[in-house]
This record gives sequence, structure tokens and C-alpha cells, in this order.
Amino acid sequence: MYDLAFDEKKCLACPDPVCLARCRYMSIGQEEARQEILKIARGENSFVLRDCVTCYACEEYCPMGNHPLFLIAERQEASGLAPVPDPLIRRAVNLGVPFRGEPVVEEAGGDVINMAAFSELSCLVQGKLFEGMPLISDDGRKMFHYFCQLMYLHYARTSVIKERLPGVIATIMKHKPARVVCFHDECYGAYSSYCPSVGIEVPFTPVHFYEFLYERLLELKEMIRPIGSRVAYQRPCSSRLSPDKHRYVGEIFRLIGAREVEREFTGENALCCAGTIQGQKRPGSRKRAVELQRKNVEDMKRAGAEICVFNCPACFQTLSGLVAREGIRPVHMSDLCRVAIGERPKGWEAIE
Amino acid sequence: MSSIHQALVDIVDGEHVSDRPEELYIYSFDLGTAEPHRPDYVVAPRTAVEVQEIMRLASREKVPVVPLGGGLSLAGLAVPVKGGILVDLKRMDSIIEVNEKGRYAVLECGVSQAQLTSYLAQRHPGLTHSEPGAPPTATIAGNVLIHGQGDLAQPYGFNSDQVNGLEVVVPTGEICRFGSCSLGASWFTCHPLPDVGLFSGWCGTTGIVTKIAIRLYPAKKIRGFGQFVVEDEELVPEIIHKITRTQMAEDVIAFSRAIPPFGMGLQHFTVNISADSEKELEFKQELIWDDTLGDYIARGSGGYLGFIRGLERPQISKTSDYKKGGGFEYVGSIMPVEKYPECYRRGREISERHGIPYTVTGRIVGVGHSMMFAWTYAFNRADPASIGHAREALHETDDLVMELGGVIWKPGLYGQRLIMAQLDPNTRALMRRLKDVLDPQGIMNPGNWEGL
Repeated sequence: MYDLAFDEKKCLACPDPVCLARCRYMSIGQEEARQEILKIARGENSFVLRDCVTCYACEEYCPMGNHPLFLIAERQEASGLAPVPDPLIRRAVNLGVPFRGEPVVEEAGGDVINMAAFSELSCLVQGKLFEGMPLISDDGRKMFHYFCQLMYLHYARTSVIKERLPGVIATIMKHKPARVVCFHDECYGAYSSYCPSVGIEVPFTPVHFYEFLYERLLELKEMIRPIGSRVAYQRPCSSRLSPDKHRYVGEIFRLIGAREVEREFTGENALCCAGTIQGQKRPGSRKRAVELQRKNVEDMKRAGAEICVFNCPACFQTLSGLVAREGIRPVHMSDLCRVAIGERPKGWEAIE
Repeated sequence: MSSIHQALVDIVDGEHVSDRPEELYIYSFDLGTAEPHRPDYVVAPRTAVEVQEIMRLASREKVPVVPLGGGLSLAGLAVPVKGGILVDLKRMDSIIEVNEKGRYAVLECGVSQAQLTSYLAQRHPGLTHSEPGAPPTATIAGNVLIHGQGDLAQPYGFNSDQVNGLEVVVPTGEICRFGSCSLGASWFTCHPLPDVGLFSGWCGTTGIVTKIAIRLYPAKKIRGFGQFVVEDEELVPEIIHKITRTQMAEDVIAFSRAIPPFGMGLQHFTVNISADSEKELEFKQELIWDDTLGDYIARGSGGYLGFIRGLERPQISKTSDYKKGGGFEYVGSIMPVEKYPECYRRGREISERHGIPYTVTGRIVGVGHSMMFAWTYAFNRADPASIGHAREALHETDDLVMELGGVIWKPGLYGQRLIMAQLDPNTRALMRRLKDVLDPQGIMNPGNWEGL
């Protein structure tokens, strides 16, 4: 019903086929990269289908606006080459099924913040920055009605995304929102990148959480007291679907006076949290994930980071303990911004 | 005031004896599906000597005595089915000794799991005990006496295998000691004569344990759990066999449940791992997940879900949320690990037939020597029909345990009858003789193991 608009001709015409050549997890030359992605587009076998760790970065690297990761995930599903074992797929696919009744829908008539599958993190959208912004999906029992489903790219189940996402969009639309601020990068990527790529209509305007935060901080600029701390940012995989919004990380840091440290693994060269990698079928995946996490956190430490800033709750869950053990404080971006305007987020007192 | 009530007041004091209906009511039921019965008196002694005097009184008057620890067996074991004196032991809650070097603790019988856990954490952080997934108010002694198991069951066996000594008031009123303490030595071993099976598993029908010494174990600096999942239940026994062979895990549990739905039909494993350093932790993880289970992952039949620091003890009481009304009860069994697939399938059938979301759990005891397999049934306490369904499901499950060649764990009255019917006649006769010697008046928790 929904077909991925992947244009093979763009790859043939690509002057700089870096999509796979820049991959941090596979070693591929530029011409080989072009050939492999073309093989995949034509439905042929490719080692990439087995070796891809689904870090999403090729979506950002592709200079032609094609969607190599979406294509790889589709072909992995079609070829039975999912990167993770079957029980993890079944578990994950079942996870997104709502089972505790229908959500109570209140019409917003304006902008809303969509907590999606992170209702239990509503504590991260409190205080002046979020005043006047109604939340949708703030009930943990009903949150899977708002789950953007894009996680299934990691599981080679684009069919599930296509099957469920229109229903999720319909649920959001029942709130009659003007703009929908997406708490999680992944939701923003779903509505701004994935849906257009497969022809799913998105009748609302998605707003990236950081864009919203930045605008609100500008409104509250008088309240800002520079943080002064040295910060590292853990860029989530889903941020690769909206690279144009990644600039807000730097903008926000500058605005709140946080000093972003110079790192090797930052921006386009960021390492993923490896939460997905640890469970993959490829032999040695768990150990590989441990090694990536170690390299990532050592890089933060070497750069002198005092705080590791997160957006993605999954990255936070995967890495927060590790960074904390290395003496770096794990903090969600919204909490950091709240501290900058003189607020004390939940739990902050305990670590001050 | 009756003469027995007055006698009890004389033994303890007026504050700790009651025959008031509202208090008797509280002691008339447990949290499971057993029919309630009121005791005639409730008494809460503070010392073994007081217990001794209560026992002598009961023996003289031929009044039933029902010992009560935390009251959390759920099998109705402390419901006074023939009335009498209910002896609430929770006031006997002193931690008498923790021997750091000898790694044991001597406790009064009312010491709770939470009490010992917090005591060790504060004063002996290098030591831990095998803590069950029971609520924190469950008593150490009560758990041992029903052959409970805790989060060190995989390396060290049932909690009743970890006893260094007992002090018991027998129904005839003598205070007896078992283990090295019986020689006047410290409580460092259950030898030369352990309790020879006189008190554990007898459901309070042979005496009242007033002191217990249990073994303690090194509490490593890092404790956490990893999770693994498979779809095919037939794989569970071989995976357990392989994990236990590594001897790297503290606790190994396999489970499956209908709620939350994402896990339905899947078999999950939680494997507790502890270490004193990151190096030790990674070594153990590599051995378990990569070297031992790596083939399942590579083939796609098993999945690693990650490792989380900190212990999350299994609380099957969470299943009480499955139905409105907050009730649940389970049948526990001691089973060969190879029976897991059938236990899962048959238990799921029973649950689904009674309209109850299924929950099954198998905790490995010893190095794969057996497992404690439990089938849990939620019910609505306010709905007699729902309670009835759960009770039927529980009885069917007791039958299933026997059919599968297992042993019903902490059996209620129905399960006790099933066991006695199948028990070797000579064994049964010996148990009868032991019971007659220990409890000639038949006063101890009557109704239980009746008709031996």
C-alpha cells in the first residue's frame, strides 16, 4: 500500500556516494558503496544487508536525498535477513500493541507536546519552558496509541510501521493539534522523513523538540544564567533522520552558556549508544557494543566533559550508568535548559 | 474470661493475647483462596520460654496450636482449620548474631527478610543471604521451613539447604537444639545431627522453630541481571543446563506470562550476575552470553536483552494486578528442569480455560538439579465466581504436578492429600510414627498432613 520512494537513478548519478562509505560500522569503499546500494535497490543480495547495524547515519550522509536506511530495512525484511534474532523481533512487535483501552482524547486547538511512548517521562517537560503546552500521550497505559513505530527499522519490520503508523497519526489528529512538538527525535523523524518517503500523509505540522526548546529559551532569555559546564552530547540514531535540526543542539548550548567539548565522536561522526547493536545476531555483537560504549565515553572523558546531554530515553537508559561511573553527569537536554533558567528539575537536588 | 485465655495472659501479658472477634477475624485467613477459619485465641510470645509454656498449656488442655510467621504462604498453612491457639511469632525478631568471618547469622524466628537485608546492608555490606521474591515481611524462618528458595538458589540450593542450626520447641514442651549449637558450640554447622527432616516441610505440625542459623554469602560490589529470550519452550531445559554449567550465575529464572502482552508466548530468562570489578563482570558476561548462548543468538533463535545493574527480585505478587480485586495464589512445585516445556504448555491451558492471564515461573535450584516451578492465578477477591475459578485452577494444577512427576511445594490441604495418596507406604508409616512421637496429643496445626 505504501511504497518507499527510492530512486535508483539518484545513486547512479551520485557524485559522492558516501552513504555507506562513511559508515562507522562497515568498511566499504566509495565505488563499492554505490554498487552495493544499487544491488540492494534491485533486490539483489548484499553483505550490507547482513552487516548493517541500523545506526541510521547513512540517511544523513546520502547527498541525494535518497533513503538508504529505509531501503536496507525493507530489503532485510524481504530477504529474511533481520539483524536481530526472531524472539527479539516478536517481542518488539508485540510491544507496540496497545492493550489497556482507548486513550481519552481532549481537543487541543493549538500546539501540543506528544510524549508518544514516553509518557512516564512527563517529568522532563515541566516548568516555565513548557507552560501552556498541553501534553498528549501522558498516560502510560495508553501510550502505545501514540507510538511512532519507527523503532522497527532496527528490526527489519517496515511492514509493521506502514501498517500501524496511519492509525497513530489518526489518533494524534483526534486532538486537533495545530503543531505537534515531538518529545523524541524518532517521532519527528517518522513524521518529517519516513512518512513522506513512503507516501503516508501527515496532516499536522511536526516540530522538533529542540526547535521548540530553542524558541522558548529565546522568549525566556532574560532568565538564563549561563551554565558554564563542559558538556558532551550523545546524538541518537534517530537524529540522523532530521540532520537539519541537529544544529539546534549547538544553538541551545550557546544560548544557555554550556561549553560543548571538542570530541572525536560528535556531529556526523557521532557513535550511537549501541543499545541496538548489543542484541544483534552478528557474532560478537554484545562485545562490540561494550567496546563502542567504552570508546564513546572515553572520548567524552578525554574531552573533559562534566555533563553528558541526552535526548533519546533509550540512549539515556543504555549509557547513563556508564557515564555516571566515569564521573560525568547524565542529563536530559530539557533538564539542562531548566537549570539554565534557574529551575531545579526532579531529582536534581539529589546530585547537586 | 476462659481459663486458657487467662493462662496465656499469665504466660505473656494482657497486651499480647486476644480472643476479641475483630482480632480473631484478622487471623482467620491468608491472602490466598483457602477457606477462612478463626482461631480461639491469638498470642504473641517474645521468648522461647514463653513458647515453651504455651506449648505445655496446649498439650495439657489438648488445644490446637498454629504457628504463624509472616502469614504469606498463600497456601492456607497458617489458617487455623480447627481453631485453637494461633501463635504469632513476629515479636521474636532479634538478630542475635552475624558472624562476619564464619558467614552465618543466628536469628529469632520472627526476623523478616527486609529486616535482615537492611541489617546486613548497614552493618555487614560484604554479606548477603538468599532472599526470596516474597514480600519483605516474610520471615526468614518461615521461608526456610517451607523449603523456600531465594536469589542464591542456583549456587546454594533451597533455603532449607542453607541452615546451620535450629532451636525448636517441640509439642511436648522441650526446647531442642540441632546442629553444632546443640554441643554448646557456635552455630557454624548443621552437623553432627541436622534436624533429620523433622521440621522442614511439615507445615508447622511438628514443633515451633524459635531460633535459626542461616548461611550468609559474599555480597559482591556489583549485582545485576541480564535477560535472554527464546520463542521455543523446548529450548529452555538445554539453555538452563548450559548456563548452570558456567557456574557464573547467582540466580537463573525462566518465565513466561500473558501480561504485558509483548512477552506472551515467549520464554524469558533472567540471570543474576555479580562481580567485584568491571573486569570480573565482563568476564562472566562473556562466558554466559557470548560463549555459552552465542550460538542461539547467531542462529536467531535466542535474543540477548541486555544487562541492568541492581537487583530486581521477582515479585509474582505483581500478578494480583491482572484482575480487578487484587487476589492471586499460586501452585509451586519442585520439578525436574526437563519438565519446563510441559509445565508451561499445560499451565497455560489451565489458565486460559479459567479465563485467567497465565503466568509461569521456574527458578533454578542447585546447578540445574531442580527448579521451583510456579503457576500463578489472579482472581477478584470481591467475586466468589472468580475465586472459585482460581481455586479450581489451583487444584487442577496440584493434580498436574503429581501427573508430571513433580513435588507440590508448600502444599495446602488439597495438595497434602494428593501427596499422601501417592506416598510410599513405608515412608508414610514412618512419618506417622515420627509425628506421633513428636506430637502425641496431635495439637500441632491439625488438619495439615492429617491421615498420614
